[in-house]
Amino acid sequence: MRPALRFHLDGAPVEVTDLHPTTTLLRWLRATGRTGTKEGCGEGDCGACTVVVVDPAHPERGPRAVNSCLVLLPQVADLQLFTVEGLAQGATLHPAQQAMVDALGSQCGYCTPGFVMSLVEACHRPDLRQAAPDDWRLDDQLCGNLCRCTGYRPIRDALARVAGTSPDDAVATSLSAPPASPRGSLDYQGDGGRFVAPDRLEDAIALLAEHPDARVVSGATDLGLDVTRRHRRFPLLLSVARIDELDGLDEAGDALRIGAATSLSTLEAATATALPLLHRMLRYFGSRQIKHRGTVGGNLCNASPIGDLAPVLLALDARVELASVRGRRRLPLSEFFLGYRQTAVAPDELLVAVHLRRPPPDARRGAYKVSRRRELDISAVSAAFVVHEIDGAVAHARLAFGGVAATPVRAIDAEQALLGGSLDADLDAALAALSAQVRPIDDDRGSAWFRRTLAANLLRGFVAETASVPFAPLAPGHSATVAAGSQPSGASR
Amino acid sequence: MTGPLGRPAPHESAVGHVTGRAVYTDDLQPPGCLHGVVVPAPVACGRLLAVHTAAAAAMDGVVCVLTAADVPGDPLIGPIVHDEPVLATDRIRFKGQAVAVVFAPDREQARRAAEAVRVEVAAEPAVLGIDAAVAAGAFHTAPHIIARGEVQAALDRLATDGVVVEGEVRVPGQDHFYLETHAALALPQEDGDLCVVSSTQHPTECQRMVARVLGIGEHRVRCEVPRMGGGFGGKESQATAPACLAALGARATGRPAKVWLERHEDMGTTGGRHPFLGRYRAGFRRDGTLEALDVQLFSDGGWTSDLSGPVMDRALFHLDNAYFVEHLRFEGRVCRTDQPSSTAFRGFGGPQGMVVVEDALRRGARALGVPPEQVRRQSYYRDGQPAPYGQVVPAPRIAAMHERLADDAGLAARREVIAAHNAASPFHKRGLGLMPIKFGISFTNSLLNQAGALVLVYADGTVQLNHGGTEMGQGLHTKMVAVCADTLGVHTDAVRQMRTSTDKVPNTSPTAASSGSDLNGAAVLAACTTIRERMRPVAAGLLGVPPETLWFADGAVHGPGGASLSFADLAKQCWLQRVSLASTGFYATPGIAYDAAAGRGTPFFYFAYGIAAVEVELCGLTGEQRLRRVDILHDVGDSLVPTIDRGQIEGGFVQGLGWLTDEQVVIGPDGGVRTLGPSTYKVPAVGDVPLDFRVQLLDRATEPGVVGGSKAVGEPPFMLAIAVLEALEAAVAAFGDAPFELRLPAHPEHLLRAVEQARGHEVPA
Repeated sequence: MRPALRFHLDGAPVEVTDLHPTTTLLRWLRATGRTGTKEGCGEGDCGACTVVVVDPAHPERGPRAVNSCLVLLPQVADLQLFTVEGLAQGATLHPAQQAMVDALGSQCGYCTPGFVMSLVEACHRPDLRQAAPDDWRLDDQLCGNLCRCTGYRPIRDALARVAGTSPDDAVATSLSAPPASPRGSLDYQGDGGRFVAPDRLEDAIALLAEHPDARVVSGATDLGLDVTRRHRRFPLLLSVARIDELDGLDEAGDALRIGAATSLSTLEAATATALPLLHRMLRYFGSRQIKHRGTVGGNLCNASPIGDLAPVLLALDARVELASVRGRRRLPLSEFFLGYRQTAVAPDELLVAVHLRRPPPDARRGAYKVSRRRELDISAVSAAFVVHEIDGAVAHARLAFGGVAATPVRAIDAEQALLGGSLDADLDAALAALSAQVRPIDDDRGSAWFRRTLAANLLRGFVAETASVPFAPLAPGHSATVAAGSQPSGASR
Repeated sequence: MTGPLGRPAPHESAVGHVTGRAVYTDDLQPPGCLHGVVVPAPVACGRLLAVHTAAAAAMDGVVCVLTAADVPGDPLIGPIVHDEPVLATDRIRFKGQAVAVVFAPDREQARRAAEAVRVEVAAEPAVLGIDAAVAAGAFHTAPHIIARGEVQAALDRLATDGVVVEGEVRVPGQDHFYLETHAALALPQEDGDLCVVSSTQHPTECQRMVARVLGIGEHRVRCEVPRMGGGFGGKESQATAPACLAALGARATGRPAKVWLERHEDMGTTGGRHPFLGRYRAGFRRDGTLEALDVQLFSDGGWTSDLSGPVMDRALFHLDNAYFVEHLRFEGRVCRTDQPSSTAFRGFGGPQGMVVVEDALRRGARALGVPPEQVRRQSYYRDGQPAPYGQVVPAPRIAAMHERLADDAGLAARREVIAAHNAASPFHKRGLGLMPIKFGISFTNSLLNQAGALVLVYADGTVQLNHGGTEMGQGLHTKMVAVCADTLGVHTDAVRQMRTSTDKVPNTSPTAASSGSDLNGAAVLAACTTIRERMRPVAAGLLGVPPETLWFADGAVHGPGGASLSFADLAKQCWLQRVSLASTGFYATPGIAYDAAAGRGTPFFYFAYGIAAVEVELCGLTGEQRLRRVDILHDVGDSLVPTIDRGQIEGGFVQGLGWLTDEQVVIGPDGGVRTLGPSTYKVPAVGDVPLDFRVQLLDRATEPGVVGGSKAVGEPPFMLAIAVLEALEAAVAAFGDAPFELRLPAHPEHLLRAVEQARGHEVPA
């Protein structure tokens, strides 16, 4: 039997054979005449290609808007896929569509199908039902979709109208079906390429032992760029997306275990109460679409100096768990990054999970990211700080940065400068130590001067922000990553 | 009035947009279609020695590889000067220039083959940027000078009697970032005729240039535009090259041929807004009046002249913005560089000119120790004063609009709140800024101010509407349907807006210069009026009333005493009585002319006005900023469709905000564009829009002589965003008293640099 990919497209079963596994969902949709879904950039940054997927094994996760330009066709196998062309019932528009018409949310119309699909996801987000007009989650829902015509105000109005309304649509039907059994494994071959998605970790590491040249893929938000922008065709892809052990966040007291294939949106939902420090970083982390696909393991194994999870995890003394046929091992995240885009992961090893402990509730904590654009942008500098003072003396200090060196780093000397002293009184000593250690580079995202200044200023801002509360959540309508002073003081009102 | 004019309406294609059924050029997939991929030049400058195509031509699926040698007609195209080889002939003039084009049934096959084409070039040093071009004496144009009074004498006098400031402003470029990249599809017709479907703002130019490169008459080429996924000027002249390449492919193979640019190809090879360098000396009286202004402008035109000359003209025409300046000398010149060719972009040079004069105004106000508002109030045009080129500015509305906005937005009280906030907040400071605009409406090349329409009424009373304008999202078709329905007295759903096509309306002007509804609307009005007046006597005969007592409305013709006849019945009766139900309409803007050599004339039919007040909050730790509130009062005359106009105002403002803050085109030392996608080129996202965004249309604003009493709205609101710079500078100044320079675009690094300067800290050069 020829290997086939089976999924549902707008309610109808589809079977695909013979296509190379690096064929993107977007190219396939358009090549088969479903041209309602548009290509705006091919790099997951504009959202014109947004479609919605439902995993029948996980209806509780709701529908997920994703960038079809970065989704490889084998990744939608066994899923329910919804596109802009399947929403209207005859002449009756879907509520998300009608809201866009009524709010004048389309001008040229090219970004519109993608916005409509992001609105469709929002329709089925109960957590948005009571969202206030200035709730950042409304912006977050749309920040993966670019519009060059409207200035967004009408689209945001349309979103506010439909968010959380749970319309009785085809998506609702798929969500109300009883959860299907897990997807099982997948071994697809077509046009000279192979895509293997085992559902057991031991199968995955056995395959990796046999084929250390296999490219490991999780959400493909980075690998997809190799396909769309660098036109690479991988002969063998090993997906870790179907391994249950790698998916999700487990809590045991103050100990947390985050599976490597946990999507950033799942992580975001789980950390709102479980780990607010990480949650705050996730506010300005990719877009909704990217967070649905991108995973914790992908963000770490990519080993970019500006991966935004790393500073937070470094500040929390996270340890990573690796597995191979040779066994399992754990090492501190600080020993995981070896150099620019280099990690301690051996060719036959997989990242399985991240382990960490919740910081004490009275520890001063902050997570910050500065990028040119607030939303969906790569940071110039990111930082996370955890400082615990006991009886006025610093007993524990973690100052971690992204974007100031070839890897995400801890500013050890600055941490040392604080120990035993006071965060407020010994700030200057810490800044001096920081300045000696930080060696950023000039590039298009920022000069070395900018990055050095930011690193120091973020520490200054952290000290100010946590002077009266150990942790400050972001206020709606905040203007900057540092919250200090953005609350109107008594004198100004 | 019961007609559709002046009423809110959704976009005419809104249902198509939200369902994915609206068709764009790349959505068309005719059987047997070939895909063309361009082979880019590997260097920015040099002599083209050879193009080796044999290996590519032998590759799987490849149908043909075309080079300049395969162009049957004239290889040189261009909107004004024909200086753009559609495929490189002997010189390489920018990195990414089209050297060859490969056609194959599958785009991936064509792309792989394009990579196999070897281009041999003897590289030469490239001229990159304005400074290098000025040093090398590389220019596209001679200086254009507009002058009056005695500017040197006035500056000398004001140096002692008032204040004279000098400044240099580097105004950044901008990528259009329309969501739909360039696309064209050429469909062979009988006898070698060609239909070109193009995402273009200028179908006639596509038709003309395709005929030119193929060496055939224009009557054998039809250009159609379904709609564009955004244009903003980027598809005024630069859609022509992809259309010509697709046409060459179709002609060479006899098969449908498509050229669609991937995002990185679009951003890497098509040009954007012109970067400008402005140097000025400005003299102010002690009361704040701007009395003397001497400005020298250079723009970066890139490798071809394209529309750079008229863009510079418009920049010079807007160096006065809304201010009467008694003594002035404006000089502008277009540089030639080995970079993608800069082109039209919303505002067309106007924004660049205004940034320069507003910089002078703010600097002058600081030197005088007065708020910029005082300089503005002293300097606004008063009734009957002439613009620098001599055209009288009649009854300027701007001074009154300023006072009204100041009241409505509560500016005086808010300034006090802001001062209190800033005193109490160490890291986050707020600032308020204003921006008035006066923007001249008409193509500055007077001949382009003409338009045609073709209206067809069928015997069942339904209507097909054709006009020369194209739809790129701005709502032109929505407005034209409203004008047509209003004039014929029918419901808008009885009117079908047809795809723009050069076989319906010939010799059209581009849909540009904000002129789409003025020009095409007048032509539609003329065509519909002709038909209606032919129908009137037929109706009068049938109803037995005098023709002049009849009126057309609500899908019927009405007479005194309740007499009426449905429009459908009347149309059928006209057909039975052999009365023509089709007509063309034509319009040419009266009374405009400009003499560039003299720097004198009446280039504009009228002026559009607007004013914005912007409040920002700036973080002094990171340079991040956010717009807290924006108030806009804009003059659109009597709005044809107010919902559409509000969309243009909000969208234009946000696009201007992007230009001045986070968008930055980066050119590498090899001349190649480094910002090739939205991952590195940051247009505004939803979280960048003002938290509180209030837009009002000026009421009782009828513009005489324009269709429906309306005014153009496409470009003017873009420039309102310049208020953001004044607001940001005010916020920076709240961090310290030392002098600072806010570089553009004002992204976080440039803002933090300015804050550090204001605090008196050292910053790197």
